[in-house]
Amino acid sequence: METVLLYMRVFLVGGVICMIAQVLINTTKMTSARILSIFLILGMVLETIGVYKAIKEFGKAGAAIPIIGFGSTLARGVIEDTLKTGIAGAFTGGVESMAGGLAWVIFLAFIIALVARSKSK
Amino acid sequence: MDKKEYAKLVRKVMPKTQHLKTMIAAFVTGGAICMVGQGISDILMLIFPNLSEDNLSMFTLITLITITGILTGFGVYDKFGSFAGAGSVIPITGFANSVISPAIEHNSEGIVLGICDNMFKIAGPVIVFGTSASIVLGFIVLIFRGAFGG
Amino acid sequence: MDKKQGATLFFNNVYVASTSSIAGEKEGEGPFGKYFDSLLKKDELGTKSFELAEIRMHTYAIKHLLFKTKLAPEEVDCLLMGDLLDEIVGSSYSAREFAIPFLGLYNACATFGEALAIGSVFIESGFMQRVICSTSSHFSTAERQFRFPLELGSQRPPLSQWTVTGAGATLLASSGGDIKISCVTIGKVIDFGVTDADDMGAAMAPSARDTLINHLKDTKRKLDYYDMIATGDLGKAGAKMFKLLMQQEGYTLGDNYQDCGAIIFDREDSDVMQGGSGTSCSNIVFNGFLYKKMLEGVYKKILLLPTGALLSKTSTLQKQTIPAVAHAIAIEVK
Repeated sequence: METVLLYMRVFLVGGVICMIAQVLINTTKMTSARILSIFLILGMVLETIGVYKAIKEFGKAGAAIPIIGFGSTLARGVIEDTLKTGIAGAFTGGVESMAGGLAWVIFLAFIIALVARSKSK
Repeated sequence: MDKKEYAKLVRKVMPKTQHLKTMIAAFVTGGAICMVGQGISDILMLIFPNLSEDNLSMFTLITLITITGILTGFGVYDKFGSFAGAGSVIPITGFANSVISPAIEHNSEGIVLGICDNMFKIAGPVIVFGTSASIVLGFIVLIFRGAFGG
Repeated sequence: MDKKQGATLFFNNVYVASTSSIAGEKEGEGPFGKYFDSLLKKDELGTKSFELAEIRMHTYAIKHLLFKTKLAPEEVDCLLMGDLLDEIVGSSYSAREFAIPFLGLYNACATFGEALAIGSVFIESGFMQRVICSTSSHFSTAERQFRFPLELGSQRPPLSQWTVTGAGATLLASSGGDIKISCVTIGKVIDFGVTDADDMGAAMAPSARDTLINHLKDTKRKLDYYDMIATGDLGKAGAKMFKLLMQQEGYTLGDNYQDCGAIIFDREDSDVMQGGSGTSCSNIVFNGFLYKKMLEGVYKKILLLPTGALLSKTSTLQKQTIPAVAHAIAIEVK
């Protein structure tokens, strides 16, 4: 029962975030890159003012998987690192927290591009 | 008829996006991807109970990214994306797809000038803004230490 | 009769002697599938890139036309070719296969009209006896050039069009058969301030109207003179806009009006949104379907109105509006 409720919350939070983004796609002419960037920064802002923590508690993966979650992880990384190590943290904190995922995306893209081909539609 | 009048006519005559259909599709697919992510996270926690929270989330993302890579490589992700709209763009899978797809597309121009040059054609802005914003935030934290509990 | 009236040129000796057409899978599944000479089984055509596939397709269209008419390359005076690829390589690299003098053209999706107009002048003037007018376009090359990577999970907006994969060639000659080009009206570039690169129908409709009205005035013909008036690729909504614009000037388009882009694909196909577009749209609908119907006597007088949106990849990024052009080609059974 616990698990079902958890997954419902995940579904709800993730779905709502995507739905809001869809409204933006529909009503403005924004490309996906622009929307991703806006939501990333939004995630950073929400984490900085302390709001996103609660959303993550409630929505778990539903809040972590969307790009907003990525932004909040970025912000948390910078804040913690800077408080811990001073100015060096300001430079490394953010990028360090996204390093694992980013490194993997780059490497994976490279390997796949070597063997795959764009398919005809 | 001048340009302004024509613009009005265009807005009246040309079809617009179906809001309800796309919003529901985005809601359902976005929610579903997040549920898959939660499932991956829970499974990883069962297999590796000593994983730190940070590493757990990183490996969840890595798994999702890998799945995206396979779907993109097999030419399937775009079909999912055209139905899902924001539901496929917003989760981290959208970011991964936006890096992998141009890399595949340009492999006909070679490794360096094709794959590498074009990899961030779509996702570039996300990296630029993410990195820049994090540095700005870093300086804000330095200056306003107190507000952050430092 | 005067040779020229306004922007309209009148011809006595220009014959549409033969045509050839080749189309992709989706086009094959549409209503005209059985009218194309050949259908591709795979859009890559066994080549390493879609650009090479388009070149191979364009080469085939010309080779097949030469085969059909039993002409040797030396008997053709000129190739008038165009496409949507950068530097029109879809044309120049195919022309490389033929020892025929080559002139490359570009008017976006109105290129086929441009080729027929120029070819007609060459034939009528007596300078040349036979010219081949051809164009090619390919969905995957157009997507990569003008929009997004094929594998990107982006959603197609409802105004978007699906670039036609196909190539076609027309042989214009000073004799041969009963189908002639009676006159052409060369269009002006018209810009009504549309900025949405996804809404090419709205961008091109004003230029189609301008050319059609000038054509009717110059020839003193009425809309019902023609059995079929076919615009190139305004798309379903663009065609509606075109009818409205004509109505505003006092012209009512009836059942004899169609848009090639709106009818080329299967109506049930949900991918294509507004319909087909591309340099080959009006080309293969004419070279495949309309020409054959003229040979059968079903249509005796056709006005082909290929339309082209003259934007570039950078022009819309620089906040420029989208200008367009349309040419009217009147084709009649003698």
